[in-house]
Amino acid sequence: MNSLDHLSALEAESIYIMREVAAECENPVMLYSIGKDSSVMLHLARKAFYPENLPFPLLHIDTTWKFREMIEFRDHIAEKYNLNMLVYTNQEGVRQGINPFDHGAAYTDIMKTQALKAALKHYGFTAAFGGGRRDEEKSRAKERIFSFRSKEQTWDPKNQRPEMWNLYNTKIHKGESIRVFPLSNWTEADIWQYIQRENIEIVSLYYAKERPCIYRDGNIIMVDDDRLKLLPGEEIQYKKIRFRTLGCYPLTGGMESDADTLEKIIAETLGAVYSERTSRVIDHEAAGSMERRKREGYF
Amino acid sequence: MKDLLKFLTCGNVDDGKSTLIGHLLYDTKQLYADQRQALELDSRVGSAGGQIDYSLLLDGLMSEREQGITIDVAYRYFKTEVRSYIVADAPGHEEYTRNMAVAASFAQLAIILIDASKGVQIQTRRHLRICYLMGIRDVVFAINKMDMVGYDRQRYKEIENTIYEMTDSFSLNSLTIIPVSATAGDNITEHSDQMPWYKGLSLLEYLDQVEILSDGTQTDFTMPVQRVCRPNSGFRGFQGQIESGSISVGDEVRSLPSGESAVVTGILTGFDSVEHAITGQPVTLQLNREIDISRGCVLVTGKGHPISESFMVTLLWMDESPLVPGVNYILKLGTKMTNVTVMEIQYKIDVHSGRHVPADRLYKNEIGVCSILSSDKIILDTFDNCQPLGGLILIDQVTNRTCAGGTVKSIMAGSGDLFWHNFDLTRDIRARNMGQKPLTIWFTGLSGSGKSTLANALEKRLYAMGKHTMVLDGDNVRLGLNRDLGFSEEDRIENIRRIAQVAKLMNDAGLIVLTAFISPFHRDRENARNIIGSSFIEVYVSTPLEECENRDTKELYKKARMGQIHDFTGVSSPYEIPVSPEITVDTTERSIDACVANILDKLSSFL
Repeated sequence: MNSLDHLSALEAESIYIMREVAAECENPVMLYSIGKDSSVMLHLARKAFYPENLPFPLLHIDTTWKFREMIEFRDHIAEKYNLNMLVYTNQEGVRQGINPFDHGAAYTDIMKTQALKAALKHYGFTAAFGGGRRDEEKSRAKERIFSFRSKEQTWDPKNQRPEMWNLYNTKIHKGESIRVFPLSNWTEADIWQYIQRENIEIVSLYYAKERPCIYRDGNIIMVDDDRLKLLPGEEIQYKKIRFRTLGCYPLTGGMESDADTLEKIIAETLGAVYSERTSRVIDHEAAGSMERRKREGYF
Repeated sequence: MKDLLKFLTCGNVDDGKSTLIGHLLYDTKQLYADQRQALELDSRVGSAGGQIDYSLLLDGLMSEREQGITIDVAYRYFKTEVRSYIVADAPGHEEYTRNMAVAASFAQLAIILIDASKGVQIQTRRHLRICYLMGIRDVVFAINKMDMVGYDRQRYKEIENTIYEMTDSFSLNSLTIIPVSATAGDNITEHSDQMPWYKGLSLLEYLDQVEILSDGTQTDFTMPVQRVCRPNSGFRGFQGQIESGSISVGDEVRSLPSGESAVVTGILTGFDSVEHAITGQPVTLQLNREIDISRGCVLVTGKGHPISESFMVTLLWMDESPLVPGVNYILKLGTKMTNVTVMEIQYKIDVHSGRHVPADRLYKNEIGVCSILSSDKIILDTFDNCQPLGGLILIDQVTNRTCAGGTVKSIMAGSGDLFWHNFDLTRDIRARNMGQKPLTIWFTGLSGSGKSTLANALEKRLYAMGKHTMVLDGDNVRLGLNRDLGFSEEDRIENIRRIAQVAKLMNDAGLIVLTAFISPFHRDRENARNIIGSSFIEVYVSTPLEECENRDTKELYKKARMGQIHDFTGVSSPYEIPVSPEITVDTTERSIDACVANILDKLSSFL
C-alpha cells in the first residue's frame, strides 16, 4: 500500500486536528502572528475547510512594535483570503508608554502575554490555535497538541491530560480553554520545505535584502522607524540581512545573509549552526524562562 | 521523498532513555551549536565530573530538572539520509505511566531499554504490555549499559532468554535485541568494536531499514466523518481522514449506521479535485444524492464495521480516582462522542505475570478488561481489525479529565441487556453520576438560632454549584412522616431516629441532605450520627439564647416564658451543646450570606 511522504503525513495530522476543533469546540480562534509558521498554519486551515471559508476568526496581538512590512502583509493576506482578522492591542499599555527599550521583560508580559489573555477573555474564545512547534524549545517539546488552560489561563505541565492516538479531549468547563498546536510535530526545515512545495506567500522580511540596521548587544537590529533611538557609538549601517523569526522589531535579531530566494533560505536553514530562537532576544534569559512564561499564559 | 517513522523509547527510570536519544541527536548532528553550548554548560552545572550529560537535552521542564526525573513525554526530531524521525521519549516512573502510554499511542515502533546490570524489571514488563495495548507490534530491546557489565556476552544471553520468555504471549511482527551503551556510544550509530560477538545492526542502522507493516488487514475504504462542509446551498461535502483503503470517483459508499448508499461524485484533497485518494489523506467527499450523514457517521465500502452498544475493552486506567463499575463516562471513539457505562470489570491483568486477577476496582496505572454499555449504538471494530475504530478514551463527566485509554477487544451482538445481571446500583455509583459526595449536614441549635434560614440559603448555594440536595425540616417532616409523634421523650427520640433514617436513604440515593431541627440532646444526635455514618456533619448554630429570644419571630419564647408551652428548649428544657461539632456558626450580627460562605468554606473538605 502507498504511504504518505513525510510532509503529507504532517499536513494530514494538522488538518485532522483543525477539523476536530472546528467540529467540537464552541468558539475557536486562530492566533495569527504573521510569521512563517502562521502562514503555514493559515494555509493548512484553508485547505482543511475548502471550499468553505475558515469557520473561525484570526486574531493578531499587535504590540504596535511589529515591523511595518508585517502589518502590510497581514492586511494584504486578510483581504486576499477574505478573512475575519481581529486585531487586539493592550491600549492601557500603550497609554502607559510601555516599550521594549525601557521595560524589558515587563514589555513582553504586558503587550503580549497580558494582551493575549485579555483578548481571549474579551471574545470568550474556548480554543485558540497557535503555531508553536515542539522543536523550538525544551518546554514546548513536552506540551500536548491540545493543551488545557485553567480559568486563569495557566498551564500545569505536571498534570497534562493524556492524549491518545488522535482522540483529542475537547471537554472543558465554563471559563477554561484549550490551546491547540497543529504544527506541534513540524520542524523548522519542514516549515520551509512545505512553504516551497505549496508556494505559500510569506513576509518579505524572510528574504535577504539591504536594510538599515545597527549592532546592539551582539544582535543585528533593523531600524524600522524613528522610535529606535541610537545609543552613543551606534550608527545606522546598510547590510544585506534577513530574519529567521519575526516579532517586535527592536527585539528581533536579523542575520547577515545572501539568501534572497526560497531555495537559498532552505539551503541556509538546513545547514544552520544556530537554532532559530537565539534570534529572539527574550529567550536569552534564565533556563526555564519559556516554561515560566507559558505557565503564565504566553503562547 | 523520505518517509516518516515515529518511535518511542521507554523502560525503567535510569535505564538511559534520555541519554540514548541525546546521543542519537548528537551523533546525527541534529543539534544546533547554541543548543550544544547550552548542553555543555548545563552539564557542568548539573552533573558530576563535567562530562556531557545527554539527558539534559530532553528533560525540559523545570520540575524535571529539579527532581532529576522525566515526567512527561519529550518529542524530538531528527533526519538521516533515509528517513525523518520523531522520537517520543517516555518517562520511566510508574507514577507517570499515563504519559508513557501517550508516547506509545503516538509511535509505530518501541525501543525498550534494559539496564544490563539489572536485567528485565517490572517496568520493562509493564511498558511492553502498554506498548502492545496501544498498538505497537515492532519492538526493539536495547540492552543498555553494556560497558557496566564489561560487555559480557553471557550477561547479554541471560537477558535475551528472559526477553524471549516475556514476549512469548505477545504476537509481535518483529522483535530485535541490540546490546548498547548509550553513554559510551556502542552500537548506537555504528557497530561497536567492544562486542565483536554481536553480529547484528547498530540501533540507527536498524531504524533506517525497518519496515513497519501498515496496521490491520483492512483494505476496504473507511472514513469516519469529522464534519460536514456546507459553504453554500450548492455544495455539501463530507470531511474526514481516510483510515483504511482508498476511494475513487464513481465508487459506491455506504454510510453507517444508516446503511444508505451513494456514489462518490467528487474528491477534494485540499484545494485540488482528484480522481483518487489513499489511506492517511484528509479529503472532502461529494456524493450523488442526499443521504443522512453527520459527524460520527462512518463512510465505508465492502463489508463495513460492526454497529453495537455493548462491547469488551481493555483499559489502561489513568485517573487518580479508581474506575468503579456502574459509573457513566464520555466515550470518544473515532469521531463519535457518547455516554457509556462501564458495567463490569471482568479482570485486571497482573503486569508481572500476565495473569488475570479478579477486581472490583481499577486503580491508576492498572490494566483491566471491562464490559461497556453505550447509550446509543456506535460504529466500532476490534482494535486488531481496525485501529482507528478500535481505540478509545474515557472522559470523566465531572472533571472532564481523560481517565482511561483503551482498545476494543470484542463486540457483542445484539442488546446489552445481558450485562445487567451481575450488577448493583450502589450509593457510590449514584453519587458519582450526580458528581457529588452524599452528606447529611445536620444543623442543631436553639429555636430562632437560624437553622432553617441557613439550611435553605446553603441549599440554594449548593444547588447553584450543580449539587443535588434536599432540606428536611419541621415543616416537611412533622406534618407528614412524623405526624403521629408528639413531644414525649419517647416520641422525641423516635422523631430524630426517623429523620436520620430518611437522611440516610437520601444519602444512599446520592443526595446531599440538610436537616434543621433543634435536636437538643447529645444522645439523639449521636444516634443520628451512628445511623448516617461518615456522611454525617454536625453544624452547631451557636447563636446565644438572648439573641434567639430577642428575635422570637414566632413568639414561642414569649409563650414559653408565660408557661403556655412546656418543655421548651432553652427555657424549660435543657439544650446540650455539641461536644465536637464539625462546624460551629454564630449568626449574631452576621449576614446570612457571610454565615453560608463560612459554612461552605468549612464544607469544602467534605464536598
